[in-house]
Amino acid sequence: MMYGALWRVLPGPAWLRVLLLLVLAAAVVLVCFEWLFPIVAEYMPFNETTVEGTGG
Amino acid sequence: MTASSGPVRHVRPDGRRRPRARRSAASTVAGVLGELLITVGVLLGLFVVWQLWWTDVQGAREQAEVLQSMGWEVPADEAVEVRRDEPPVAEQPAVGDVFGQLFVPRWDDAVIPLAQGTDKRTILDKAMAGHYPETAMPGAVGNFSLAAHRMTYGAPFHRVEELEVGDPLVVRSNDTWYVYRVTEGFVVQPNQVEVIAPVPGQPGVEPTQRFLTLTTCHPIGLNSLRERFIVHAELDYWLPVADGLPPDLVGHVPDELVAAPPEAAEGADGSAPAGLAGVRAVDTVTGPTNGGR
Repeated sequence: MMYGALWRVLPGPAWLRVLLLLVLAAAVVLVCFEWLFPIVAEYMPFNETTVEGTGG
Repeated sequence: MTASSGPVRHVRPDGRRRPRARRSAASTVAGVLGELLITVGVLLGLFVVWQLWWTDVQGAREQAEVLQSMGWEVPADEAVEVRRDEPPVAEQPAVGDVFGQLFVPRWDDAVIPLAQGTDKRTILDKAMAGHYPETAMPGAVGNFSLAAHRMTYGAPFHRVEELEVGDPLVVRSNDTWYVYRVTEGFVVQPNQVEVIAPVPGQPGVEPTQRFLTLTTCHPIGLNSLRERFIVHAELDYWLPVADGLPPDLVGHVPDELVAAPPEAAEGADGSAPAGLAGVRAVDTVTGPTNGGR
């Protein structure tokens, strides 16, 4: 559905669309790794290393 | 325009193909929902990859950058004598400042930068150990306490459980070595703040000894929030960095930190024959400088 629509919106022959999709996927991964996940990780309970009530 | 009797494709007036079959609203919703769920699943998978792999890559890189920007070389020669009198104690640095390094021979000669404060994003996630600002500074009477990641983000304290009683933990400030020895390691609940009290385990008691405490998460895994692993150590001796390398660190310092002996550098420079091609001469000159990083 959504992805089908995305495929139809993309211009050009199939190989170009595949290429564009790969670029898009890479961009999504980059945004996740650099911005989204570090922010989400703030709210995750793992990786607590400090004894509490003492900052951090 | 002969298509009216053709059985196969519907063609809109604008020439674009139509969706193959008409869908009910319910199946459209189900389709979109299904794709959303797949997307969420892929994103969760990506998050796991990021957390377990990429943060390590990034943490190690950031730690290396910090160490390099500090540029602290260690002397090549062993110190002749160590001191057990009153050590010099630095002022508490501003929060966020990188003020020292921790050398751990037991962890394959690891060197971990120390920063003031235990903020996750700016300190712990950069594979540094964070100093609880309310605890003593290295060498001071009291309890110099550090926190660092045990997994992910470069995991500086990953091998905390391998430490044995008597192992040296060497803290370096700009110009002083403080050599602590491990006295014990154990597991506590996350709210047991008494482990970083001036006298570990006895909050409110006036300290007379010089302690060091490491805190990190425990156990390794997704349930790492449950407990904390604690290591206590006590100051054994100290010495000025200018005096040389602490005996406990001899043979346990990464090569790239060791200062090039001045006479070796001179020899390489002096022995470069004058008549060599320019490239070779440049090589010979820069050689010792690179080696000294």
